[in-house]
Amino acid sequence: MMELWETYGIWTAFTLLYIVLIVGGVLLSVAYLTYAERKVLGGMQRRQGPMTVGPFGLLQPIADGLKLFSKETIIPSQANKPVFLMAPMLLFALSLVAWAVIPFDKGWVLANINVGVLYLFAISSMGVYGVIMAGWASNSRYAFLGALRSASQMVSYEVSMGLIIVCVLLCVGTLNLTEIVTTPRPVWMQILLFPMFIVFLVSILAETNRAPFDLPEGESEITGGFMVEYSAMTFALFFLGEYANMILMSAITTTLFLGGWLPPFSMWLPAGITDVLALVPGLVWFALKTAAVLFVFLWARATLPRYRYDQLMRLGWKIFLPLTLFWVVLVAGTLLTFDALP
Amino acid sequence: MASQELLINYLPILVFMAIACVVSVAMILGSLLLGKQNPDSEKNSAYECGFDAFQDARNKFDVRFYLVCLLFIIFDLEIAFLFPWAISLGEIGVFGFWSMIVFLTILTVGFIYEWKKGALDWE
Repeated sequence: MMELWETYGIWTAFTLLYIVLIVGGVLLSVAYLTYAERKVLGGMQRRQGPMTVGPFGLLQPIADGLKLFSKETIIPSQANKPVFLMAPMLLFALSLVAWAVIPFDKGWVLANINVGVLYLFAISSMGVYGVIMAGWASNSRYAFLGALRSASQMVSYEVSMGLIIVCVLLCVGTLNLTEIVTTPRPVWMQILLFPMFIVFLVSILAETNRAPFDLPEGESEITGGFMVEYSAMTFALFFLGEYANMILMSAITTTLFLGGWLPPFSMWLPAGITDVLALVPGLVWFALKTAAVLFVFLWARATLPRYRYDQLMRLGWKIFLPLTLFWVVLVAGTLLTFDALP
Repeated sequence: MASQELLINYLPILVFMAIACVVSVAMILGSLLLGKQNPDSEKNSAYECGFDAFQDARNKFDVRFYLVCLLFIIFDLEIAFLFPWAISLGEIGVFGFWSMIVFLTILTVGFIYEWKKGALDWE
C-alpha cells in the first residue's frame, strides 16, 4: 500500500494540486484583467474607473462574477439546447486546458511534452468550434452572422500566426516550449525575428477578437455577435474564455519571443545588473512580461478605432500572409547560409 | 518503455481536460440551479430589433465565408507540413531547403491565382 502511494499517490496529488493552482491562477488573473482593463481605459480617458466596490474598486470583478452567477439563464425557445449550452463550456474548457504546456518557471510545467507548440496550436484552433456552435445553436441572425465573421477572422489570422511560429521554430529547432525558452538566441537572430514579433502581436489581437479587430462583437452593427443570446453564467463563460485566451496568447508571446521566465535584456546589460535581475524569481518575470503584452491589448483598445471587415481580411490575407511566408524563407535561407541551424 | 514514458507525459493533460470540463459544467449548472429562473415566451424568442423574427435564422449566407475556410485549410495544411521541416532543417540541409522552396512556389502560384481572381476581395 505504502509503495503504491509512493509510486502513484504523490504523483496524483502533485498533479491535482498543480492543476488547481493553474485553474485558480487563471481565473484570478482573468478577474483582475477585467479590473485592469477598466482602470487602464479609465486612466486613458481621464476617468477613475471602478471605485465603489471595495478599496479602489478592487472587489468589483468579484461582485460582477457573483451578479452574473445569480442571473437567469435564458435559453431561446428556437435554440438547439444541448449545443447552445455546450458552446460556452467548450470555449472555456479549451482556454484552461491550453495552460497545461506553458512553462511558468524553470521546470514549472504541468506536462513537459516534446510537441508543446503543436498542442497549443491544436487547442487554440478548436476555439473556432465553440464560436460556430454558439452562433448556429442560438438560431438568431445576429448570432449567426457574428459567428461567421468571428470564425473566418480567427482562421485567417491563424495562418499567419502559424507561419510566424515556424520562423521561431527554425531558430530554436525544437517544439518543446521549455527548450524554446532556454535555447540562446544571438542578437542578429533576435533582430531577424523582431518584425515577426510585431506581426504576431497584431495577429493575436485579431485571433482573440479584440479591438481594433473586435468586429465579431461589433455592438454597433451586430449587437454582440455570437454571444447575443447568452445570459448569466453561459455568457460569463464566454467572457472568461475570451479573457483567459488573451492571457494565454500573451503568455505564448512571452514564451516564444520574450524569453519566458528568464530575466530580460540579459544580452544587453552589464554583468552586474543581470546578476541582480537573476535574483528575482522566474515566475515574477514571466508574469511581468505577460502583463506587459496584455497592456498592449488594452492600449490598442483605448487608442484605435475599429477596422472594417474588408480591411481586416485584406490585412490578414494580402499583407500578413505574403509577408510571413516570405519571412519563413528568409529566416530559413539566412540560417542555412550562415550555418546557424540548431 | 520509452513509448510508455511518452504517454505518461500526456496523462496530466487528460486529467486537466477532465477537471476543466467538470469546472465549466459545474459553473453553468450551479447558476441554472441557484439563479432565479423565470421563463417567458417573449423573453425566450430570438433577438431582433424590436419585432418577432420572421423566419429561421439558418439560411443562406455569403459564399465568401466558405471560400475563406477553403483557403484556410490549404494554408493550414501547409503549416502542418512546415512544422517538421522547420525542426529538421539542420539535418536535411540544402536539399531539404530547396524541396520546400519548390513546394512553396507551387503554393504561391495558386495563391497569386486566387488573388487575381478576386477571392481575397471583400467589397
